[in-house]
Amino acid sequence: MRETVPPFREPTLKGDYQRPDPDAHAGAHEPGLTCAPAAASADGAFARGMPDGTGLAQTCAHEQVFTFTGAWDVGSISRMTSRLLRHCAGVCAACGVRGDAPVVHLDLAEVSRLDTAGAQLLCRAAANMAAAGAHVVWHVPDTGRAMLLDRVRAIDISTVPRERRISPVLRALNAIGASFVEEWEQARSIIGFLGMFLVSLAAAAVRPWRLRWVSIVHHMEQTGIQAVPIVALLTFLIGLVTAYMGSEQFTRFGAQVFVVNLIEVSTLRELGVLLTALIVAGRSGSSFTAQIGAMVANEEVDAMRSMGLDPMEVLVIPRVVALVLMLPVLTFIADFMGVLGGGIASWLSLGISPGAFAVRFLEITRLANFVTGLVKAPFFALIIGIVGCFQGFRVTGSAESVGRLTTQAVVEAIFLVIVANAGFAILFMSLGV
Amino acid sequence: MADAPIISLRGIANRFGSVTVHENLDLDVLPGEVLGLIGGSGSGKSVLLRTILGLRRPQEGDVRVLGVDIIHADEAARRAVRRQWGVLFQDGALFSSLTVIENIKVPLREFTNLPPDAMDDVAAMKLRMVGLAPEAALKYPSELSGGMRKRAGLARALVMDPAVVFLDEPTAGLDPIGAAAFDALIADLRAALGLTVVMITHDLDSLYAVCDRVAVLAEKRIYAVGTIGELLRVDHPWLREYFTGPRGRVAAGVAEVSGHAGHDAPANGQARAGTPTGTAEHAAGGVGDRAS
Repeated sequence: MRETVPPFREPTLKGDYQRPDPDAHAGAHEPGLTCAPAAASADGAFARGMPDGTGLAQTCAHEQVFTFTGAWDVGSISRMTSRLLRHCAGVCAACGVRGDAPVVHLDLAEVSRLDTAGAQLLCRAAANMAAAGAHVVWHVPDTGRAMLLDRVRAIDISTVPRERRISPVLRALNAIGASFVEEWEQARSIIGFLGMFLVSLAAAAVRPWRLRWVSIVHHMEQTGIQAVPIVALLTFLIGLVTAYMGSEQFTRFGAQVFVVNLIEVSTLRELGVLLTALIVAGRSGSSFTAQIGAMVANEEVDAMRSMGLDPMEVLVIPRVVALVLMLPVLTFIADFMGVLGGGIASWLSLGISPGAFAVRFLEITRLANFVTGLVKAPFFALIIGIVGCFQGFRVTGSAESVGRLTTQAVVEAIFLVIVANAGFAILFMSLGV
Repeated sequence: MADAPIISLRGIANRFGSVTVHENLDLDVLPGEVLGLIGGSGSGKSVLLRTILGLRRPQEGDVRVLGVDIIHADEAARRAVRRQWGVLFQDGALFSSLTVIENIKVPLREFTNLPPDAMDDVAAMKLRMVGLAPEAALKYPSELSGGMRKRAGLARALVMDPAVVFLDEPTAGLDPIGAAAFDALIADLRAALGLTVVMITHDLDSLYAVCDRVAVLAEKRIYAVGTIGELLRVDHPWLREYFTGPRGRVAAGVAEVSGHAGHDAPANGQARAGTPTGTAEHAAGGVGDRAS
């Protein structure tokens, strides 16, 4: 029906405030709620906040008093919510039965602490009862609390959208669809990015003095020289393991010496370049994304554009060019170390002396194997560099997106490198090299 | 008892290597007041805030917040205190992987056992209280403007209805209208929720509009603390420049015209009126000592 709110003194902006309850710090009181017909307590005890004198008590036959005690705050209301709402439901039900509107008194005089969450719960209960037709009367002696209740009552939270709780199946389908759309969009824009890169590169090729050589050399050092130890060590170990595994198989039919062929074809043609590309994707592809992403997030890229500098020219070309130059070098080192590892393993496990290994190796090695391996390197470098830089430019504002896109850059670069490697295998097979 | 300081710092010293930021620093914050903390760039305002919050251990001194010794208390006691304060960092410090409403719900999830629907209600109420549009609820922090991020940060700081709220430059980077609205919001929430507020600010308008007292961080300590009227009488070159420089005069003029000048704040109770004056006299005494 309606809510009656006793008028209260409007507190001034300064000075008049509800003091924080000192007990609140020492562990709150248990909240309490008693609900009784007004007849039991209406006589004298309940004179304090009654609006409009005593008229109400006479006109309405059915009165309820809700007496709230203790702390009604965010830490304690969960225990009371169901109880309060049950009492409310009782009142609401009574509204329908009785002809006249029941009167409900909400007595907050005994409340030791009331915060926004508590106020919210009380207001909700009151609104429910009022909507059902009850006459709700508040008794709030404290002006600060009255003001808090007033403020809470004035705010409509129904317009705030809620997170929709959808079924896991739908969510999964949704995620699949969304990722398809995203990948499609990304594939399109990465091709666009590659095109922009090639145009800028062509422009730079016409005027090579416009290339930033200092920057290129810096990135050659970062992505190339500094990657030598890890590339060398890992390919050495893989060569070692390949030779061990191979020697075990070949020994079964007495063809130990073919271990050298295995090393030659696997390392030179596939493993050397592929491992190097994977290591570099993890090392440099990720750092491209992180560097450029941090610059985008920090508005450095915008600053650059506003100064008339082309980020493609300043940031992307040096990185990609450096990588394209260095990956073949790293691949060569990887080939060498892989063969070295293989040689040592065959010496140790099969007793093939280094001299015999070298002779056999030179005898069987086809230049084509070495070249097909090396030829793939610049293409892999292009993939890694373009994906890394592209993802860097996709960063939007938050630090979180830098991390997410860095991961994505590495995964995508590795994926594309392996796919491209398969493509090369088919190409070389059909070419007969 | 009610007027015992809610925060008290005694003899704080903060040093970074050979650089001393604070030396023998004392500060009291009274319950229910809005205390502004001002000081030049590099005077260590943020370091002081981090010290109060227990994020930084001072080399010397004691920090007591709500009666708990932040530095030496055990983790359980400190946790209990942390639930009773809210902090608004400069740029909101929202969790970027969560939506605004999820950000606001973080303390509720951690510290209460409210059912999910009730959490949504409480968070939605705080969202509206700080003046964010309902549509902002499901946005991510990166989709919000700086002012909206601050409001969302404030909503998160207030969601537990803390006894104390720390604000680090709440109005920095906001347009004047947004800043004034933020000031009004803080004054409003203070009146409604009975908050104690400690705010670092460079904004003179904020000082005049909402602060009961202002603490000045200079010469490695709280040089003076009092109402703006009292600070105007303190003789210190930086303070004079601060309040009577071109910007200070404009802010003061505006405050007088609009009729709620900070230095005319009504004195609430003996202790509140007494303490600032006492501290200001102490500070003035300090100035006198140096002069002689």
